Parts: sequence; C-alpha cells; structure tokens
Amino acid sequence: MAYTQNDFKKGQPRWCPGCGDHFFLASLHKAMAEIGVDPWNTAVISGIGCSSRLPHYMATYGMNTIHGRAAAIATGAKVANPDLTVWQVSGDGDGLAIGGNHFIHANRRNINLNMILLNNRIYGLTKGQYSPTSPRGFVSKSSPYGTVEDPFRPAELCFGARGHFFARAVATDAPGTVEVLKAAYEHKGASVCEILQNCVIFNNGTHDAVYDKAGRAKNAIYLKHGEKMLFGENNEYGIVQEGFSVKAVKLGEDGYTEADVLVHDAKCEDNTLQLKLAEMEWPVALGVIRDVEAPTYDDCVTAQIEEVKAQKKYHNFAELLETNDIWEVK
Amino acid sequence: MEIKEKDSVVVRFSGDSGDGMQLAGNIFSTVSATVGNSISTFPDYPADIRAPQGSLTGVSGFQVHIGAGQVFTPGDQCDVLVAMNAAALKTQYKFAKPDAAIIIDTDSFGPKDLEKAQFKTEDYLGEMNIDPDRVIACPLTTMVKDCLADSGMDVKSMLKCRNMFALGLVCWLFDRDLDVAFNFLKEKFAKKPGIAEANIKVIQAGYDYGHNTHSSVANVYRIETKNKVPGRYMDITGNKATAYGFIAAAEKAGLKLYLGSYPITPATDVLHELSKHKSLGVTTVQCEDEIAGCASSLGASFAGALAVTSTSGPGICLKSEAMNLAVIMELPLVVLDVQRGGPATGLPTKSEQTDLLQALFGRNGESPMPVIAAASPTDCFEAAYAACKMALEHMTPVILMTDAYVANGSGAFKLPNLAEYPSINPPYVPEELKGTWTPYLRAENGTRYWAVPGRQGFEHILGGLEKDDKTGAISTNPENHDLMTRKRQAKIDAIPVPDLEVLGDKDDADLLIVGFGGTFGHLHAAMDEMRAAGKKVALAHFKFINPLPKNTAEVLKKYPKVVVAEQNMGQLAGWLRMKVDGFVPAQFNQVKGQPFVVAELVENFTQLLNK
Repeated sequence: MAYTQNDFKKGQPRWCPGCGDHFFLASLHKAMAEIGVDPWNTAVISGIGCSSRLPHYMATYGMNTIHGRAAAIATGAKVANPDLTVWQVSGDGDGLAIGGNHFIHANRRNINLNMILLNNRIYGLTKGQYSPTSPRGFVSKSSPYGTVEDPFRPAELCFGARGHFFARAVATDAPGTVEVLKAAYEHKGASVCEILQNCVIFNNGTHDAVYDKAGRAKNAIYLKHGEKMLFGENNEYGIVQEGFSVKAVKLGEDGYTEADVLVHDAKCEDNTLQLKLAEMEWPVALGVIRDVEAPTYDDCVTAQIEEVKAQKKYHNFAELLETNDIWEVK
Repeated sequence: MEIKEKDSVVVRFSGDSGDGMQLAGNIFSTVSATVGNSISTFPDYPADIRAPQGSLTGVSGFQVHIGAGQVFTPGDQCDVLVAMNAAALKTQYKFAKPDAAIIIDTDSFGPKDLEKAQFKTEDYLGEMNIDPDRVIACPLTTMVKDCLADSGMDVKSMLKCRNMFALGLVCWLFDRDLDVAFNFLKEKFAKKPGIAEANIKVIQAGYDYGHNTHSSVANVYRIETKNKVPGRYMDITGNKATAYGFIAAAEKAGLKLYLGSYPITPATDVLHELSKHKSLGVTTVQCEDEIAGCASSLGASFAGALAVTSTSGPGICLKSEAMNLAVIMELPLVVLDVQRGGPATGLPTKSEQTDLLQALFGRNGESPMPVIAAASPTDCFEAAYAACKMALEHMTPVILMTDAYVANGSGAFKLPNLAEYPSINPPYVPEELKGTWTPYLRAENGTRYWAVPGRQGFEHILGGLEKDDKTGAISTNPENHDLMTRKRQAKIDAIPVPDLEVLGDKDDADLLIVGFGGTFGHLHAAMDEMRAAGKKVALAHFKFINPLPKNTAEVLKKYPKVVVAEQNMGQLAGWLRMKVDGFVPAQFNQVKGQPFVVAELVENFTQLLNK
C-alpha cells in the first residue's frame, strides 16, 4: 500500500523550537511512508528523555516506557511477535548510560530492531547534565569544572558488541536521514542509526561542523558502499589507508591521486576499517558505515521452535504430561 | 526381625554432593508413590558451588516422607538416615529421630574421611552418642565394587553406583517392589543400557544384602495405603508445576507463552523447564539481566503474548521498575518470585517468606498489584494457572509467590485435565469500538481493553507517564491523576477471588492458625496433631493475598484466639492488620531459612491455647 508521511503523523510535538528532534521526526515519517509497512504493523518503542517522546507523534503502535529499557522492551515485542516492524528510539543518556547494557546485548543478539540513537551529548529533559557522549572536560550543570571522564563513541560500542549495522546521519539533513533509516529497515538484524542532533537549549552547537549543508560539504563524507571515499566541496579530498589506519588527504598533494582513495565496503565482515571510518573526527563519516548480513535472533528463535516441533512427539499440554513417569492408583 | 506397621515414615538420604543422593531419593519417592503412598519430598543442597569432597559443607540431603494417608510435609525428623560418608553422618544426624535406623558406608569412615568430617577419634559413633545397634554398617563401596567386578567398568564409574546400593537397602527396609525402580532406571538411561544394567544390579545387591543380614536390623517397616484417590499421577516439583501451569494457561488462552528470565537460585529450574518445551511453541529468552527479563516480557505482552518473568527476591528488586510500568500501562504480566533467604544475596538456597511486603508495596507511587501464593509443590500448578488467568482477564501484572521449599520439594501430582479448567478470556477490544476507542476506556469491571499490534484502527501508545482517562494522552491534570489512581486501585480490588476456607474445627475452634503460601503443609500437620490431642483448632491459609478474599474479616474475627505463623517477622500479620480493623493476632515468626518444624509449632500453639 502506498503511504504518505501524513499517514504516520500524530499530534503536535512539544519539543523546544529548533530542537533537532523535530527534523528527525519529519524524516522518520517520510522514511516510514517510503518503506510502506502498515502503521498497525509497526511499533515505535522509546525510553525516557526528550527524544523518547517521539512515539507520541507517531500514528503507529507505540510505547514510551521507562528510562533505559527501550531496547529490552523492544526485544520482547519483536521476539514474541516477529511480524511487527519494531523501531526503538533512545537518546544518548537513555541508550548508552542507563540503557547501555541493553544496547550492547541487543546488538550482540542481533535482534531485528531498528535502533535509533539521537545523540545530542547532553541530558536535556533533566535540564543540562553531561551525558556519556559528552567530551572530556565538558562543562555542564553537573560538571561546573569540566568532566574528568572520556565519552563513549557509539560506533565503538556497537562494533564491540559485534553489531552488524551502523549508520550515521545529521538530524537536519533530511535526505541523508531518510536514506539511513531505509537502510536500517532493509537490514535484517539490529540496525543502529546514530543521529547527530542539536539541543538548542543546553548544548547548542555541539554538531556545528556538520549541522548545515555548507558545513557538511566541508566537514563530512557521505559513504556509499562500492564507491570511492571522496569528499570536499569539489571532491578534492579522499580517504586513504595509512599503515593500520585511515586518513584524509588532499588529492594532488604529497603524491596522492584518486587511485590511492579507498572504495567503501560496508559489507566487509571484518569491521576494522569501518570502525576507523566511524571514528574519524574530520571528516565526519555519514551514511551506512557497516551493513553485514548475519542470522537474526528472532529468526533463529522461530526456526528452532519449528525444528523442535518437528523432532518432538508432544505438541500440547496433555501430550506433555504423558512424557513423565506416570503411575496409576486404582 | 519385626515388621512394623506405620502410618508414615521419613527417610533422609545424605552424602557428598557427588554421591547421587537426589537421584536415589527421587527413585525411592516414585517407587513409594506407585504403590499409592502419599509422598512429600525436600532436597537440601549445599550452597557451595562445589565444596571439597568429603567436607562438611559439601553434604547434600534428600528427605522424603511417605504416608499411608495424606502427608503434608517432608517431616521434621527422619526414621531412617542414610549417611554415605563421615561428613554426612556428622551434619545430618541432627535430623534423625532418637530411634532412627542409620545406614552408613563403613568404607567412607577411614582416618582421612573422619579427619575431613572433623571427628577427633576413630570411635565416631561414640563421639556422637549413637547406639551401634541402630546402625546398619556395611562396607558399601567394597560390595559395589565386588558386585560390578565382572562388568568391565572402571572404578570411578562403579563408585557412581553406590547410591543405588543404598537405595536397594532402603527398598528392602520398606519392603518395596524393585520393578518400579528398575523401569525408572531403564527409562532414564535408555541411551546407555550398560549404565542402567549396572545400576539395576547394584540395587538388587543392596536389597539382597539387607535381606540376608536382617539380624543386624531391628525392624522392617510397612506402610499400607489408605484413602487412595484413584487416578494417574506423576511426581512433580514446585518449579516444574509452576512451569506446567504457565504452559496450560497459555494453551487455554490460545496465546504464545513468552518467558524473559535471568538465572537465579532457586527459580532457575522454571527457565530450564520452559526452555525444553519449544515443541509447544514456548519462547524463552535468557536476558542480560533481571531488568531485561521483566522489561522484555512486558514488550512481549504489549505484542500479544502471555508474558511471564521468573526470579527470586533479589531479582524482584531489579524488576520492580518494569513491574510498575506494567501497572500504569495496564498490561498482563506474571512475575514469579521463588522466595529465598534475604536480604541482599542472603541465603540463596534456603527458604523464607520474607518478600511479601516487597510484593505488595515494593514500588514507587500507588501501585496495586495482585499477589497469589502457592501452598505446596503441586499447588504451584493451580496458582500459576490462576495468576495467568487473572493477569490476562484483568489486564494487570500479577505476582506469583512460591519459595525455595515449595519450588524444590515435590509431591504426587494427579494429572490435570485441561478441559476441566476455567476458560481464559482476555478483554480484547471489540471491533465495533474502532474509531471511538481510546486506550483507557474500561469495561464494566474496570478493566481496560487489550488492543494487540497488528489490528488496524487501534494504533495507540502506552507509557509510563500518567494518561488522560478519556483521550489516553499524557496528562498532568491533578483531578485526572487522582481519578486514574483510584481506577487502577478499584480494578484490582474488584478482582474476584475464592473465599478463605477454614479447615479443622471451623465451628468451634479455640485457636485459628493463619498462614500463607508454602507453610500450608506444616501448619496443617500441626493442626492435625493438636486436634488428635483433643484440642479445638482450625486453619485458614491464604493463597490470594491481594485482593484478600471477601470473607477475610469475618473469618479472622470469629475465633477467640488467632495466631499468624509465617517465615518472616510478621509481614502477613501486618498486612491483615492493615486491612481488617481491630485485628490483633498472636504471631509465630521464624526466619531460619528452613521449613517450620511441626513439633515446634505444636508446642508454641499449645502454649498459646493454654495462656
């Protein structure tokens, strides 16, 4: 059935004017319309936080649950009802601090969830404390003298948990966001999409380098599987391999030519170079960074049930009772 | 030799953790149940993961009570104690009656064994003041080796059969037919006929040894069978019965059974049991933590499954957050709490009833939740079925409480006929409400409707934030919150539960004993003993704790004296005092991690009567 984004819209969002969540929501509506799964076969499940309000603005089934548990709740929903398309939405505090354990295990199990991580590097709803993605030295209400801890890099956690899909988009970049959301849906298994999103009130400017189109032209690279990794306003830069790592170079300088530029391989099982790309600070890698097929947990659970059903001779409660040592008292 | 007719006898098998005492005990229970005796069993495991062999902490016990008529408990003390080594004799002798027969393997009482068991001299019987005439001392290990000399087995494998020799000896002592034991072993080792054959040979050798050397024993017991209830039976532990109850309820409701769980003693066997039954479509997910166990179950419930999560007290602490979410979202969920000793890690393998107030109140906000407690191993089936039915029909999380004693103990379970069980009808949202339905629209009994994803026109959002009664949108309106709080409470209060039953001298008791959950057998046995001594005593045992049965106040106020006996510091007594105006009972509280001792109950209750 053909849908428009209006078929997925509901209510009036209550985020601050200019919040990155508004942009992301619009892209999600659009992506869902293009994907075409019925709203009644779709569930959007979030935790707690600004971004976790999102399911309230979806005309699908939804749950706005408790802090940190969205991935665990989504796991149960998907395993119990594999026909549902499940989107799990969390912020960086919800998904990586209180919910860090569920985040890594959902990736490890490879449950077919589309996992959205709206990363603004701050706790917004509680009004401005540093989050697990805030950089070292970050000054906030709860760190007036700067933090003395290093942040998580979401891709590193995803890859460390043996995740098979990782993509990144900037909330204000609608085409880029729609593209990764659709790729996340297409990927069978846990698909993590890190959305770089700005909090205008408590952490304004955190993603400035790539937040507008001009910035992205200078400071971001759009990765496409099978294409050379070129970037810059005139594609004058490229990503080349250097030793065990990658680096950005200007073509024509230091003897680098287009022939030296690496071709992106999102399907490569070995995640070493994909991780290097995800961790680059300049340029910021956008698009689908890793997209590798692997058996999904929910498929395997269903398959195992079918397999055992075929093997075993008991298929209802009465037959189960008969598998025990039974005696008769007359 | 004298043959003693007895109404009931308690046998305790004990030995090193690796000596196979649980298996020997299980077979003996089955053999006895097969001839129509009533049985009640209790395994007593060491808490250590693997204590050193022969050490005092490594002793494992299995107690079985067999009776001509109904037996309610595994028995306070045993009539026969099997001690497979010196450490077992040292630690388990305290469970033996003064005139108990004691079977020991003299081969396991060498100088090193005695040292490990901390005996000071070689005269271990003298040290413990045990009359040698009561002891059947046999070189059990030597005889097992002799018996299997021609089998071609290595010594290690031979020694694994020692438990069967002891079993054979006990079977002789009770005049039991060995065929049932033989069949049990043939089935258990169907894929290893050599092992089955060796075990059978050793049982027979044990039996024959008893038969041929009977002069060393004072008597042989005979337990006749009375009051047989005809039917087909199986031996079942509480945990297995609980798992079966969940399976039965899912089938009756026509729903997929989903269990989200995390390993925790003493609840893990429920996870093990349900994981086996994929051929019934049971889905089990062993989660990353207790939180996810409960949270994923709630997700499964939202998606339309009968969702269950299983744990023990420490796990409830972690699950309470998602349980609370289930309360406000009004989704069905069954939370199993197999209680153990607390607080914190406490006594993981021991039994208490110390989680009751946690179950009733251990959540933030006004968070009413039904609580059901199983009374015995076989009652776990009924309680689990009732919990699922209640959760599904009233759209609420339900706490099902058992305890380590009930969960690990077993009893003879009359095979249930599912057709005779009440139907389970969740309040699915009627199709004609499409277009006007909102998530907190309620049926007449105050229950909201269930709209499972996949149904067009009923897309909705649930969540942990308070919702408007009418629109289902987030609301911080003070009047609405007050209204929703009352509606959630009224829904639970209106759940129908059976009346409280009074057993014993219900018309003219001088003392009413009150309890809940797993102490039923002990309290019943105490009542029986007191009534046999001419006292007027009754028992009211709670299975439904929230909401309380309608006749609770009437029952509690009817008798001149009431004692609430529980394995905690007075949690049920406190709850009843809160719910029944002016109710001030006497209390009997014990928190030892062990089942009640009937003799202590009788003594205490009798004193109370005489006051």
